Amino acid sequence: MSAVRFGYVTGPVLGALWMVILATTVAVAMSFVTGEAFRPAVLLSLAWGAVLGGAAVYRLGGRIGLWAGGLLIFVATIAGFGPMAIEAGAVARGAAGLVLGAAFAWSFGLILEDLPSGALSRHEFEAAVIRFLTGFGYIFFTAIVLIPFYVMVMTSLKNQSELLQNPLDFSIDLSQGLGLFRSYVELIRDFNFGSYLWTSFYVSVLTVLITLAFSIPGAYAVARLRFRGQAMLSRSILLIYMVPMIVLALPIYIAFSVTGLRNTIIGIVMIYPVTTIPVALYMLQGYFRGLPAEIEEAGLMDGLSRLAVIWKITLPLSLPALASVSLYVFMIAWNEFLLAFMLLDDPSKFTLTRGIASLNSSEIPRQHLMAGSVIATVPIMALFLGLERFMTKGLTAGSVKG
Amino acid sequence: MTTGTPEPPKGTTALARREARLAYGLLAPTLISVALVVVLPLLAIFWISFKPIGLADLRPPAPVAREQVRGEGEDLRVEYRLRNSSQEEVITGVVLTDVLPDGVMPSGDLPPECALDGQVLTCRIDEMAGGYNERLIVPLAGAGDPDTLEDAAEATEPTVTGSANSILTNTTFTLENFARVFDGDEFWGVLGVTLFYTVFGTIGALLVGLFAALLLNKSFRGQGILRGLYLFPYVAPVIAVAFSWLILFDPFSGSANALLVQMGVTDEAINFFGDRPLALVMVTVFEIWRYFPLSFLFILARMQSIDSDMYEAADMDGASPFQQFWYLSMPQLLGILSVLFLLRFIWTFNKFDDIFLLTGGNAGTRTLTVNVYEQAFAVSNIGAGAAVAVVVFCCLVLFSIFFFSFMSREEGL
Repeated sequence: MSAVRFGYVTGPVLGALWMVILATTVAVAMSFVTGEAFRPAVLLSLAWGAVLGGAAVYRLGGRIGLWAGGLLIFVATIAGFGPMAIEAGAVARGAAGLVLGAAFAWSFGLILEDLPSGALSRHEFEAAVIRFLTGFGYIFFTAIVLIPFYVMVMTSLKNQSELLQNPLDFSIDLSQGLGLFRSYVELIRDFNFGSYLWTSFYVSVLTVLITLAFSIPGAYAVARLRFRGQAMLSRSILLIYMVPMIVLALPIYIAFSVTGLRNTIIGIVMIYPVTTIPVALYMLQGYFRGLPAEIEEAGLMDGLSRLAVIWKITLPLSLPALASVSLYVFMIAWNEFLLAFMLLDDPSKFTLTRGIASLNSSEIPRQHLMAGSVIATVPIMALFLGLERFMTKGLTAGSVKG
Repeated sequence: MTTGTPEPPKGTTALARREARLAYGLLAPTLISVALVVVLPLLAIFWISFKPIGLADLRPPAPVAREQVRGEGEDLRVEYRLRNSSQEEVITGVVLTDVLPDGVMPSGDLPPECALDGQVLTCRIDEMAGGYNERLIVPLAGAGDPDTLEDAAEATEPTVTGSANSILTNTTFTLENFARVFDGDEFWGVLGVTLFYTVFGTIGALLVGLFAALLLNKSFRGQGILRGLYLFPYVAPVIAVAFSWLILFDPFSGSANALLVQMGVTDEAINFFGDRPLALVMVTVFEIWRYFPLSFLFILARMQSIDSDMYEAADMDGASPFQQFWYLSMPQLLGILSVLFLLRFIWTFNKFDDIFLLTGGNAGTRTLTVNVYEQAFAVSNIGAGAAVAVVVFCCLVLFSIFFFSFMSREEGL
């Protein structure tokens, strides 16, 4: 290890590796945007990165020096011996070179910080490596999270022949105007997706309400009241919440077939809350335990009954927790697939997830499938981003569930 | 209460009893619904797993009757067409009852099985063989206009009852389902796939989540946005992201293949979700992708509660960043990591939707949970499906026992 702990070794090595990462990233991004052929040239990337990294460690030209290096990459990319091999038009080529040069100049300065050119302490060396890994991490995670969603949205805006011609071409022809959204229009007009959306919405809201109505009293009892079997009960809640749905789905399917509840929304509204009540109870009892018992005792002393205490003191205090639990339960109900898939066959009663599953056939073009996915994803994402604070809390409080 | 010499309270006091009653009252709705939907089905699944039952046997055999008015004038008659819905099972004690329209009397002999009491017609058939399909004819010569008679006759539907031997409720038991499940190499293959998926999916999601948490464990502009972004895979509906992955990795027109070919990594398209060892790796990668946000969230929450003084002290003492991570952060994170591992292990083991949507259990990705579905619905053998479900449940109980004995030492989350 000690052999690499010199600025003049660390700098070029990190520079070379960083250039490969950036060149790959820019090439993939440009391919996805333009559909033309961009490829990282690994050997050239290593060479360019090493040279620029070495120069940067010796602070050649200071801060300006790095940007000069970036300019050099831009020029080299246009000239055809830059870190990327490109078969594309001059504009795309120039844009790729510009992005790569600027990205390298900006980010590599941050990675090096004030790394000396001579011998490095272990601290300096590891800090530089960590900054390098951090940069890589940001790129990596952002890419793996965004690419599937990007593909989902873009596919829904294209048509079958365009998709088959060049699967990488996600550029959008803006001149079509509203025609871009024809898959969505067709889904809502011909495939009844408006009604699925509504069904999903009210089934989820009902699930939230029923879940809260059942779990608030239960959670309060487990958290605050003393009775025999309390410890065992709070454990079995967690246990129940681990029973796999597929094991229960089979008898539920049989019971629903026999009683005629299959293919009814009522059946779905009856079964969804039961899958969420244990989770909600578990989350809420944790929160109720954290509330100071003294306030409730004061209420009891002043003559309120237990139920009045719950209604007038505990619930107003736990509004944030109720919001988290509601959001989390809403998310579970909205995303639920297995039960809807098994219990609903009648297209007029589908929930959104069941509706998407019915689009998965070879006769239906895939942009419809993706448009359906977008329709299901956007509301839950909007809700999530708008109320991220509650959602994050809710997730950490209860969700060991998948 | 009687008063006498004061004595210390024994047993439970009235107040405590009242509190306990209230607690049971508050818990009752939850307990009842959970019993109905969790405990009862679990018992049912054990019951069914010992039954030789297929999808078609779900409805017990029943007698079916249809009433029709036929002919006219002298030939006018009411026909009851009676049949057994099952081809094999015998139905016993079948009784058909119907009310004849007012003023209508049979003109000839009733069928031997039938008797008339006022306007109420009752027919009894002691035994209906499998595939039984006969007509009972009540002659009504000269009873009037066929059309009005038809309307009048059809105003009352015939009711028909009978008892049949339902496989679901009788006492025939068999071990055949379990024999089928454990028979041959298939079971061990499925178990191996399940373990691979569970172990690597869990560990992978934990490690990736740890990496992500390390990235975001500092405050900078846009940290909130990135945190929200990294939770997307978990928040989005599984069906939407699973189909996006399928389209992204499609062997013919998927972007991933196009990209790999263009980059020169591969010459021909790779069938990511269709080839044998690769499909299993891909569903595991999907599992990691979808659930790293969860471990990331938990680990980040734990990291942010670690006192930063410690790191400053370590800095002063010359500890390098990696040393700080390994000797200071890791011991603090070990608790949450192990709890997460156990919980996620159980949940990954239980996972069904993801694999079902991605491969349908084909190409060597059939886990135990997918096998439940395959046996019960694809092969239409509910008994065998239930037997696999019982196996899944037993594994779960084993894990839970381990988990709880561990949790009590770990003092919760």
